[in-house]
Amino acid sequence: MYRYDDYDHTIIQERVKQFAGQTQRYLAGELSGPEFLPLRLQNGLYVQRMAPMLRICVPYGMLSSVQLRRLARITRDYDKGYAHFTTRQNVQLNWPRLEDAPAILAELADVEMHAVQTSGNCIRNTTTDQFAGVTPDEIIDPRPYCELIRQWSTFHPEFAFLPRKFKIAVNACPDVDRAAIKVHDIGIQIVRNDAGEIGYAVLVGGGLGRTPIIASQIRDFLPEKDLLTYLEAIIRVYNRYGRRDNKYKARIKILVKALTPEGFAEKVEAEWQQIKAGPAHLTEAEIERIKQHFTLPAYEKFPGGSEALATARAESAHFSNWVARNVSAHRQPGYAAVTLTLKVLGVPPGDVTDTQLEALADLADRFSFSELRVTHEQNVVLADVREDDLYALWQTIKPLGFATPNLNTLTDVICCPGGDYCSLANAKSIPVAEAIQARFDDLDYLYDLGPIDLNISGCMNACGHHHVGNIGVLGVDKKGEEWYQVSLGGDSGLNASIGQILGPSFARDQMPDVIQTILDTYVEQRESEELFVDTFRRIGLKPFKERVYGASN
Amino acid sequence: MAHLIKQSAVQADEWSQLARGADAEALTSATGKILVHVGDWLQHAASLADKDTQQIGIWFDSDDEPEHLGENCQRFALIAVNFPAFTDGRGYSIGRLIRERYRYQGELRAIGDVLVDQVFFMKRCGFDAFALREDKRVEAALDALKAFSQTYQGAVDNPIPLFRRRLS
Repeated sequence: MYRYDDYDHTIIQERVKQFAGQTQRYLAGELSGPEFLPLRLQNGLYVQRMAPMLRICVPYGMLSSVQLRRLARITRDYDKGYAHFTTRQNVQLNWPRLEDAPAILAELADVEMHAVQTSGNCIRNTTTDQFAGVTPDEIIDPRPYCELIRQWSTFHPEFAFLPRKFKIAVNACPDVDRAAIKVHDIGIQIVRNDAGEIGYAVLVGGGLGRTPIIASQIRDFLPEKDLLTYLEAIIRVYNRYGRRDNKYKARIKILVKALTPEGFAEKVEAEWQQIKAGPAHLTEAEIERIKQHFTLPAYEKFPGGSEALATARAESAHFSNWVARNVSAHRQPGYAAVTLTLKVLGVPPGDVTDTQLEALADLADRFSFSELRVTHEQNVVLADVREDDLYALWQTIKPLGFATPNLNTLTDVICCPGGDYCSLANAKSIPVAEAIQARFDDLDYLYDLGPIDLNISGCMNACGHHHVGNIGVLGVDKKGEEWYQVSLGGDSGLNASIGQILGPSFARDQMPDVIQTILDTYVEQRESEELFVDTFRRIGLKPFKERVYGASN
Repeated sequence: MAHLIKQSAVQADEWSQLARGADAEALTSATGKILVHVGDWLQHAASLADKDTQQIGIWFDSDDEPEHLGENCQRFALIAVNFPAFTDGRGYSIGRLIRERYRYQGELRAIGDVLVDQVFFMKRCGFDAFALREDKRVEAALDALKAFSQTYQGAVDNPIPLFRRRLS
């Protein structure tokens, strides 16, 4: 992973000092609340329902065991002994004191971590595929490009006060998109042209929230070295012309829609022509330098498939189920990428305790070259596990609660913190997730259903990405009561689509029955191995609607 | 009165800003160094033909386009950019365009809601004068101008991004 040099260390340490000064001036009354607000947000510090919340940046989801242990210690020393993995591959502390934030940031800086631009109206953490660098699906490792974007966007002086937050995601797989790039402000699809050169298809204006929109492609092939100048052109056009009069209409998607994608692309092109040959044009040497941080670990050579793995799978059906669900292909023969599920009944999705963080660090050290990744589905990945070690890994993680073999099934829920923790929420989301997880605990049934994304948001800010869940649940407020609106057919992948609203919303205690009826309809209507989302696309909303509302009347 | 910071010191402000919408008469009757809104200048330039251009400055609001003045900006002694609220970031792009695209060399001043923690970014975007809001502390702003000794991306103050310097 990327390691800081003296320049990076200097910048992050100066940031810690700067924020300590800002906090001090705020506490001394020199900075007003509204003046301090964007400063603390750009350091990841929200003031939430119960306490401040500190969102810590995990660039494109990569964490080392050293960083995990430091996070564990911070949750013990400054918080309540647990942290929360977010849907944008970051980590949040839910209970720090504002006065402690500078000290926490200093502790993070020691291990090359920070909270820079994890909130606020600026360029946020760039996200990518959790299997980057190890998946056979990709044409090139996207992480060096994410790091180039990270450095360019960090304290970008022109873009610190954009109309609204700005999120970039990068995908390098032609046939699958685990980074959901079509629902980001900018989606970068790394491609290779006919001449074999690396470049990017550039998408803009995707997003969720109140106005969910799938991004439009404004450029089919941008040459590799033009990445930063083109991004600068896009964001300059957005900074100048994006709406600032209404925060709900301030995202770039609204501007792209207003100008039309073609009109927006023309403005970007005109701007880019002026700056494309400037100093931000990338160099071969810099691309190489960054790539050197993402070289292959010292893999052992394995001639064929793992015999130990085959034997263990034959002996244990439970183990074999887990392998089938939670273990992904690796480009290095004899290795596998393993997803540890953090979603068990009774625990808010994404929450990890200090001891679990330390256990994850130990697992990373023992099984995966001391690194792991956070996924946008709020799980974690050990990316470089020897196939021979999978059985030992499974046995080690079972008692830790990381081996629930429900990956990509209905109960692998994406869920925001909701009304239990977040001051924006209209409704609680975690109890809904738990009720569904409790009802659908039969793994054979879940496997029969196949992959289904169930996404739950507690309000229309859509942190739980409900628009792109195959089944989406949105908490709404009706006269002070919490209700839940269901949508079907959303998809965050290559064929991204926004879910369609099923109909009037439901009370919380109706939700498991509603989900059951939706699933029954799918099971009756599906053809052979058809996925839920494909059945929905074939038969449409109507059969689901009739069953659900017919049944409840 | 705002504190005018230039070259790391507080200086007297010799300029009088004319509100947006000043007509020809208001422009011609104003004496001394006057700061004219870009729209008013474009409309009434002829009426100021006799005035020494070193006595004329132009100010932009955050929704004004530097393209409207283009390289003509170079003839003025002062260009100011208004930040109507410190959270309105359009002025940063305006500053860079005036410096980088239209090669303006004179004083570029940030006016309006100019606070302490934004001056570093303003400096990077080409501003070399800051009308710090009067309730803010000058020493804090002078410190903030030096918040970072290194920066990743190129901008007006140092056009060469770190990646080109790292390797040299």
